[in-house]
Amino acid sequence: MKNTAKLFKILTALFLVAIGVLIGKTFFNSTGDQLIPMPNSMRYKTATVSDSTATKPEIFNGKILVVKNGQSIQKAVEKASPGDIVRVFPGTYHETVYIDKDHISLQGIVQNGSWPILDGEKKLNDAILYSGDRISVENFKIMRYKGNAIMGQAGNNFIIRNNWIIDTGVYGIFPQYGKNGLIEHNVLSGIEDAAIYVGMCDNVDVLHNEVFNNVAGIEIENSRHCLVENNYSHDNTGGILIFVTPGLPIKTTFDVIVRNNFVVNNNHENFGAPGSTVSTIPPGTGILIMAADDVIIENNIISNNDTGGIIITDLENGDPKANDPNVEGNPDRVIILDNLMYENGNHPIGELKALMLANLKTKAPDIFAYGGGVGSTILDKNKYRTFGLSAFGIPSISDTQDVPTMMLPQLVAPRSVSKEQLGELTYFGICAGCHAMGSRLIGVDTEIIQAIYAGNPEGIVDYISNPKNLREDYPEMPPQNYLTEEAKIAVAEYLLKLKN
Amino acid sequence: MDTKIKRFTLFLTLIIVSVIVLVFTKKNEKTAYILLNSTHEYQKIALKSTCPPGFKKNEKNECVTVTLYQQYHKNNKAGMGGLQSGLPENRDGFSPQQIDLGRYLFFDPILSADGTISCASCHDPNQGFSDGLATSIGIGYQKLKRGAPSIWNVGFFKKLFWDGRSNNLEDQAAGPLFATNEMGNTPENLLKTLNNIKNYRELFAKAFPTRAITDAIILDEILTSITAFEASLISLNSRYDQYAHGYHDALSAKEKEGMNIFRSFVARCAECHTPPLFTNQQIAIIGSPEPEGVSFDPGAEIPFNDKTLRGGFKVPSLRNIEKTAPYMHSGKFKTLRETVQFYTNGRGHAVPKDEQLLIHWHIWEPQLTDDELDRLVDFLKTLTDESFMPIIPKTLPSGKAIPNKLEISPKNKSHIRKQLF
Repeated sequence: MKNTAKLFKILTALFLVAIGVLIGKTFFNSTGDQLIPMPNSMRYKTATVSDSTATKPEIFNGKILVVKNGQSIQKAVEKASPGDIVRVFPGTYHETVYIDKDHISLQGIVQNGSWPILDGEKKLNDAILYSGDRISVENFKIMRYKGNAIMGQAGNNFIIRNNWIIDTGVYGIFPQYGKNGLIEHNVLSGIEDAAIYVGMCDNVDVLHNEVFNNVAGIEIENSRHCLVENNYSHDNTGGILIFVTPGLPIKTTFDVIVRNNFVVNNNHENFGAPGSTVSTIPPGTGILIMAADDVIIENNIISNNDTGGIIITDLENGDPKANDPNVEGNPDRVIILDNLMYENGNHPIGELKALMLANLKTKAPDIFAYGGGVGSTILDKNKYRTFGLSAFGIPSISDTQDVPTMMLPQLVAPRSVSKEQLGELTYFGICAGCHAMGSRLIGVDTEIIQAIYAGNPEGIVDYISNPKNLREDYPEMPPQNYLTEEAKIAVAEYLLKLKN
Repeated sequence: MDTKIKRFTLFLTLIIVSVIVLVFTKKNEKTAYILLNSTHEYQKIALKSTCPPGFKKNEKNECVTVTLYQQYHKNNKAGMGGLQSGLPENRDGFSPQQIDLGRYLFFDPILSADGTISCASCHDPNQGFSDGLATSIGIGYQKLKRGAPSIWNVGFFKKLFWDGRSNNLEDQAAGPLFATNEMGNTPENLLKTLNNIKNYRELFAKAFPTRAITDAIILDEILTSITAFEASLISLNSRYDQYAHGYHDALSAKEKEGMNIFRSFVARCAECHTPPLFTNQQIAIIGSPEPEGVSFDPGAEIPFNDKTLRGGFKVPSLRNIEKTAPYMHSGKFKTLRETVQFYTNGRGHAVPKDEQLLIHWHIWEPQLTDDELDRLVDFLKTLTDESFMPIIPKTLPSGKAIPNKLEISPKNKSHIRKQLF
């Protein structure tokens, strides 16, 4: 009996426990296994390694050109062919390096703490200019230039990485008109405009950079599809600026994510050149969004920016420039997701201060919106001190983790045409100035050339490389040596196939 | 045997003669476009059936632009950026006949009210399609307010006139034609004049074959033809272009130095004069001065009715700039050297005291050295290319002579100027 009673007690206890578990499960955990409740966006605070083109390994079959202290980097660039690496060893180089060819890697080697240093001595304009496709610049210390440290003009698929840039004049890193690029792990200071300036570009990632003591830390201007992530932007006049400048040929900025950055203490005195876009930015600006659309601000730590943490404004209020009838000046559909913000707006100046005083406040808010714009939203508005956000609704998204990169999965198509197309472009684009089918212009009738060189395109190539005047009644043809060998044979073959 | 030889000789002679005749007629047919026809009182003119250089004729009889720049990726609609950037869209697709008719119209002074001025009077091909004057001279020797801009590559431009008030070439062409102080004509008078010239009626019928031959010439056809010709003026084969396409020996060391100053962020020339066209096609307020005694020109403020654009002008292309002195909208600077000097003399230094202008942000204090300014001029001279120069007609459909002004030397020009002022 005793045993039966014991068993009954145990069974009763088990039964009660089972009921308790059931009740607990039913009332406290209706969706399965229990997790500590947290906002969705807190689950991926570290930047993911993206699958962009810049992170994929490449097969190397070029040359390595070595530059040592006392030698010229530019000379090596001139010798380099697409696919080559110009490897620069520690030393001090006083020069402007310009790369007007494709697929060159300029690679500094840091040895025992010694860097390859590009020093403009405040005499030279720019350190590195490139216009080619697939240019990379890595591991340089660049200082004391008057213009820019690294400037790209229409080069696509660029990588600018691991550079240490101090006081290089107007901009530090400035790709312009480029598509598909990566700017990461650079440290920049002492720049009188923007340290990192993405201008009129598309599909650029700006990651893991430290920018400080500049007028502007990071600037995304008249550019689309950009990601600004994991940067440390501190002690600039303005930390991160996303805006449209009127009067430029590219008229829009949209689709920009500013994520996981530190934007702190951006209270530096403004030392921008009079008349420059950034010269009117008030010290103490954390993140400024002006006239840009579809900007997402997420998971940033924004603190101690004396004018404001996030300022959203339109061109009419923000930019004293000539109007551009082709620019829409309102910031539309800005999304502010979860951010950590404190001690912003402690010492507002100028018009903002006056506006705050008019509203009986001495401090400016963390987030300040002023002027036009529609469709903007904010998650958990009550967390921050805000001004002008009454029209902001609730965002339709809570995070951006499905966007690991803004770079393209494939390189922007290389600049190439078929042999026949090249022949056609060269014939009509150049030769047609002097030669035509069935008539005499300045040079001989194309039909006559066809008759002479039938089946012999190489003969044409020889002639255009080194013309000999064969006809008294015609002017001498200048050598066409500027055409590549590829273009020469292409145009020769094309010319022979032309029909009237 | 003898007869055989005779026959053979005869046969051979026949062949030779026919070949000679064939070659001769063929040559005549293709090189001489101006044929004298004794049955008419005027000289009969035929229109070319081939496209000008830089264009390929497609199966629809349209001339389509072909340039080496088409091998490059176009990152943006604006068609600009660096050395190997695709060009913006341009006006093409006109027929060879329309282009050639436009050429005759362009050079024909019959288009002006008193038959003295043609388009080419101010856009002279021998002077970079400008006129070498600070400001141009209109009908009745009237001095105009602004200089004649070069029209090389004008088919690529989206803003026309110094103040950017027009956005298409047809509209632009109508401007000087009907401006009382330029060519001084009216649409009614122009149509009356051209419709009374049998030669023009025939040429327009050929250039616009979809309408009845007997139909009268209409204004749209005139403007289309002038547009067709102007859009055919392509200059993209300078030594600079050879460099851009990859032939780095095309430029001397000094010129390359100049190029690097030009595109540097100290001089910042390329920020507005952006390759490949060497203009970003925007309005910019740079505060360049008027010549002495000339009142301040408000520029783009007027057509856009916007005070923030006061003193703003269209950024001009720099292609063939060597050929088009003097410089700026009213010809203040006689040389390229003086012009580049302006940009380093200080932001707003030449703005009249009573003017508040929103000077462009790229106008700053670059403190360029004399050497650097010289190198900039060296580089600017590499942008010259007139290899697709059209042929100036020897005879015009109106029977009028090409105005003398086209041939006058700078000496005579100063003489004319003395007479004028």
